[in-house]
Amino acid sequence: MTTPTQSPSPDLLNPSVRPPRGLGLGGSGGRATAIAILSSVAFVVIAGLLVVNSPGWPRVQRSFFDPEVFAASWPRIVASFWTNIRLFVIAEVLILVWALVIAVLRSLPGPVFFPVRVFATIYVDLFRALPGVLVIFLLGFGIPGLQLPGVPNDPFFWAVVALTLIYSAYVSEVYRSGIESIHPSQVAAARSLGLSQFQSLRHVVLPQAVRRVVPPLLNDFIGLQKDTVLVSFVGVVEIFRQSQIRVAGSFNFTPYIATALVFLAVTIPLARVVDWLVARERNRGLAPVRPSRSTGRIGDPA
Amino acid sequence: MTEALRIEGLHKSFGRLEVLRGIDLTVAEHEVVCLIGSSGSGKSTLLRCINLLEPIDAGRIIVEGEEITARRVNVDRVRRRIGIVFQAFNLFPHMTVLGNVTLGPRKVLKRPRAEADEAALALLERFGLADKRHEYPDRLSGGQQQRVAIVRALAMQPELLLLDEVTSALDPELVAEVLDVIRELAAGGMTMVIATHEMGFARDIASRVGFLDAGRLLEIAPPAEMFSAPREPRTRQFLDRVISAGRLQA
Repeated sequence: MTTPTQSPSPDLLNPSVRPPRGLGLGGSGGRATAIAILSSVAFVVIAGLLVVNSPGWPRVQRSFFDPEVFAASWPRIVASFWTNIRLFVIAEVLILVWALVIAVLRSLPGPVFFPVRVFATIYVDLFRALPGVLVIFLLGFGIPGLQLPGVPNDPFFWAVVALTLIYSAYVSEVYRSGIESIHPSQVAAARSLGLSQFQSLRHVVLPQAVRRVVPPLLNDFIGLQKDTVLVSFVGVVEIFRQSQIRVAGSFNFTPYIATALVFLAVTIPLARVVDWLVARERNRGLAPVRPSRSTGRIGDPA
Repeated sequence: MTEALRIEGLHKSFGRLEVLRGIDLTVAEHEVVCLIGSSGSGKSTLLRCINLLEPIDAGRIIVEGEEITARRVNVDRVRRRIGIVFQAFNLFPHMTVLGNVTLGPRKVLKRPRAEADEAALALLERFGLADKRHEYPDRLSGGQQQRVAIVRALAMQPELLLLDEVTSALDPELVAEVLDVIRELAAGGMTMVIATHEMGFARDIASRVGFLDAGRLLEIAPPAEMFSAPREPRTRQFLDRVISAGRLQA
C-alpha cells in the first residue's frame, strides 16, 4: 500500500483501521496520482484512436453519433426518464418493506413456523428462478387480461408489482444474510433481559443486520434502476421505449446513446454515494460485533 | 433463611453429550454461591439452564417458590427476575451505554424513557461509568464493557444474578475492577450464583463453593472448608492443579 521507501504506517498494524478501498491508487504522494492520470490519459487516447481509425467508423459515427438527432430527441428522452424514476422510487420503497417481511418470515425458528418458512422459501426460489422479463410479461398482460372487476389494468401498476416481486426475492436474501450474521449471543443477551423473541428481533437483531447489509442493498438498487427499462415490454412509455420510438422515427441509433448517457449520469454518482456511505459506516466503528471465541451455541463459550 | 433458588435433579444433554447429570442445589437469599470446576464441567450450562436459555431434559428449578421449569410458564417474565452476565459481555454494539442499560427497563418493564434514563444513570454513577453513558461499547475497555453488562443486568432489578466466568475474557489488569463490582453487590446482599476460575476471589466472596465435575455437583461447602479440607479426591486433585498453576495461594 505504501511506496517501498516508506515504512509501513502504524495504522496498517492496527486491525481496526483498514486500508482505504477507493480506486486503489495507493501511496500518499502526488507521484502515484500523476502516474495514474498519465496512464489513464494514454489508455483513453489509444483506445479512441483505434475506434476512430477503424474501417467502419464513418458509418457508425453517422448512425450513432448524429448531433442533430441527438438534439432533437434529447428533451423527450430526459422527460421520459421521469417515468423510470417514479417506477424506481415506488418499487424501492415497497421492496424494502416486503423483502424484510419475507426475510423475517424465513428466519422464524421453531416447528410452529415451518409452513411460513416454506412459503418464504418457495417465494424466493420462484422469483429468483424466473427471468424478470417473463414475470413482467405475465403480470402486465396476464392479469389485466383476466378482466377482474376492481383490479387495475394500468401497465404502470403491474410494472411496479412485477419489479417489487422480483427484487424482493433478492433483497430478502440480502436481509437474511444480515440477520444470520448477528451472533446468537446477541439474542441470548436480549432474551435474558426479558425481551420477547419479536422484541429481540426488532431492537437488537434487525438494527444491526440492516446496517451491515446497506452496501449490498444499494448495489441491488443500482440494478433495479437499470431494470426499470424492462417494463417497456408491457407498453409503459419510459426512457427506453421513448428512445426506440425516436430511433424508429429518425432511422438513426443516436437516441440509444442519449439514453445510455442518462443512465451513466444517474448510476455512476449513485455508485459513488454507496462507496461513501460504506466508508462512513466503517469510520463510525459500529460495524462488526466481536464474535465470541468458540462455539456456535447461543451465548458464550462453555 | 428464605430460599431464593432450588434445583432438583437437573439433567441436560446436548445431543448425545450429557452435560448435567442430576444437579441438586439450594441457594438462600443473599447467599453467594461460587461454582468451580474445569472447563466443560457444566458450570456455564447450569447457569444458562437457570435462566431458561437452555431447555432442560429433566428436573425442576424453583425461583422464590415458583417452579420456572413448569409448563406454560412465561419465560420472558421469568428472565426479568433473573439477571445473567456473560463471559463475552454481549453488549449491543449499536447502542450507547445508556441505550444498553435502559433497553430492558423501557421495553420490558415499560418505563418511560426519562425514568429509565434516570435510574440507569444512578446505577452507572454507582459503578463509576456515568461519564461513559454516551459511548458505544467498542470505545470501552473490556473491564468497562463487563461492568456495563453487569449494570445492564442490574437495571432490571433482578432477584437473582448469574455470573458466567465474567472475568475470563479480560486482560489480567482489568479483572480487579470487575471483581470489585461483584464484591460490592455481594456486600449489598445480592443473591448470586457465580461460575468462576478465580479461586482467590471465590474464597473471599462466596458463602459456599460448589465443585462441578463431569456434570455432577460433587461437593459444596463453605470456602474455608472447600479450599483447605476438600472431602472428595477429585476436588483435591482439581485444587492441587489450580494451586500448581499459580491461580490460588495454598
